[in-house]
Amino acid sequence: MFNRDSWQEIFETISKNKLRTFLSGFTVALGIFIFVILFGFGNGLKNSFQEFFMDDATNIFRLFPGRTTIPHNGFKSGRDIEFDNADLVAIQKNFAFQLQYITPRIQRNYTIKYKNKSNNYGLRAVASGHQHAEKTIMMKGRFINNQDVLNKTKYAVIGRLVEIDLFKGEDALGQFIDIGKRSFKVVGVFQDDGGDNEERFVYIPYTTNQLIEKNTDKLGQLIVAFKPIIGYQGAMKFEAELMTFMKKRHDISTKDEGAIYLRNVAEDLEQNQQFGSLLQMVVTFVGIGTLIAGIIGISNIMVYVVKERTKELGIRKAIGATPRSVIAMILQESIFITTAAGYIGLFGGIFLLNSIEDSLDNYFIKNPYINMGTAIFATVLLIIFGGIAGYVPARRAARIKPIVALRDE
Amino acid sequence: MIEIKDLHKSYKIGKNLLHVLKGININIEEGELVAIMGSSGSGKSTLLNILGMLDVADKGSYMLDNFPIKDLDETKAAKYRNKFLGFIFQSFNLINYKTALENVALPLYYQKVGRAERTEKAMQYLAKVGLEDWSSHLPSELSGGQKQRIAIARALAAQPKVLLADEPTGALDSTTSYEVMQLIQDINDEGKTILVVTHEDDIAQMCKRIVLLKDGVIIDDKKVNQVRASDHV
Ligand SMILES: Nc1ncnc2c1ncn2[C@@H]1O[C@H](COP(=O)(O)OP(=O)(O)O)[C@@H](O)[C@H]1O
Ligand SMILES: [Mg+2]
Repeated sequence: MFNRDSWQEIFETISKNKLRTFLSGFTVALGIFIFVILFGFGNGLKNSFQEFFMDDATNIFRLFPGRTTIPHNGFKSGRDIEFDNADLVAIQKNFAFQLQYITPRIQRNYTIKYKNKSNNYGLRAVASGHQHAEKTIMMKGRFINNQDVLNKTKYAVIGRLVEIDLFKGEDALGQFIDIGKRSFKVVGVFQDDGGDNEERFVYIPYTTNQLIEKNTDKLGQLIVAFKPIIGYQGAMKFEAELMTFMKKRHDISTKDEGAIYLRNVAEDLEQNQQFGSLLQMVVTFVGIGTLIAGIIGISNIMVYVVKERTKELGIRKAIGATPRSVIAMILQESIFITTAAGYIGLFGGIFLLNSIEDSLDNYFIKNPYINMGTAIFATVLLIIFGGIAGYVPARRAARIKPIVALRDE
Repeated sequence: MIEIKDLHKSYKIGKNLLHVLKGININIEEGELVAIMGSSGSGKSTLLNILGMLDVADKGSYMLDNFPIKDLDETKAAKYRNKFLGFIFQSFNLINYKTALENVALPLYYQKVGRAERTEKAMQYLAKVGLEDWSSHLPSELSGGQKQRIAIARALAAQPKVLLADEPTGALDSTTSYEVMQLIQDINDEGKTILVVTHEDDIAQMCKRIVLLKDGVIIDDKKVNQVRASDHV
């Protein structure tokens, strides 16, 4: 059944019926091609999604000071809340069990200058823990440490792009830059996965910044990291307790929603993961849909092909083709075409995905890819269903009596 | 070569039963050239199809070369057809995407003859019907007479015991018809048993025996003096 002669017979049939071959081949190739592209795009979407939301540490709360909306304890509403050093110490003391680290973040804008080069950058006055919160990666030197905070040193850690902008290839480490009117020594250069904007920041100890700003004790926002072992439930409880604690300290009504904002990354994470699996589901759905469309396409074409060949099959049977050989011929032909076309579609799709890489970053599709296993599985699935799709009409054709087939004119 | 006893065949048309063959008895010896005549609808094709194992009788016995033909499933029928019988149809029934040579070689493919031998034999039979120069042409590039010659070459290629021709000249003009009949006579001269269904008297006269069908039975069966087709050409 699968000898060289029957293959030759099939190649002849295929090459002499180009339209038919093209139609069935094209359907399969297109089906697989679209499947690969869609699946790849889905993965690309997931990639950019992950990059957007998974860049920072996931075990942190951010506390933002706001303005009261409800009068409380003799205070009128509309009062601005500010966090100060006492808050920092109180939180550290009261939540020692849950707390991993805490860091303030005071954000300013400064003109920063090195020799005669200068530019505007965001300045972040922080404590050492901030490095973990932002997953800041040191390229050289070190981050702000506890000694810097304690001693109010005039040390700065600059972003990779700040170094490139201001130093023009020179090594920034150990050099002095002007932040505003004051001179800081560069002790580290960092990079960050969060993208270009994250690498145009300059970090200094928050205590130094307080000193510069007339020895204030105000802090801006607070980033509070909990110990991961307390788990999601523990984090939620910690969040509620922390909020109550802070409201009490600042004479804020428990019902006041505006005085302090708390963003819980753990909660975000949960939502993001849900969104991520939703995305995965959509991708899988679309993929399965494409495959089903491909299978329906190839089935229809096989029905048409066999119908078109009814007379030919009748002739073949009249001169000695057994029902088995008729089925084998049609099956072999359809499996050969689907296999060849399937792999054309598969590699066409993979080739396109590879050539896309980062060029669709702006459309939130980053590094689209499909893993080979999924792609080959889809192709094999289509081949199997192509075979089944060919088998059903082939068996019917093989059963038609030759006189009936020959009468069909 | 062929022995038929009390052959019956009916077709179901809706709820009615159309009794087409009502007891056919006939013996055909090796080397005969028999014309089966009768008006349209008299059951000529039905008889030929049963002889050709393309259809099965409801009742009666059929011996082909002393071999009882009964209880045929599709696979067996296909094998017997391939081994014992060659068909020639009014509408030629060539495969349109295959060349003349490939069409002639096809029965040999189903006999599992190797490719080289197939091509060589097919070429021989093409030469026999005078079309060796047309071997690479598609049926659509050939005239009606040429197509029928290809069909005859194909029927011969399998070296069958009996050739069955259902109105082989039905689609051809008279000159071409005579050429085809001349070829059939030549093949018969070499000893092949041939049955020709026709409703044209001049074609029947070119056979050696005429069997007349009417209302499902044979009403006449006579030997005739064969008119040579070459006399007409
Ligand atoms: N497969 C079939 N089903 C039903 N009726 C048929 C079938 N084949 C032939 N007949 C009928 O049987 C009768 C004989 O047909 P046929 O043998 O083809 O006649 P002829 O070849 O002598 O013209 C006709 O009336 C025809 O309509
Ligand atoms: Mg007829």
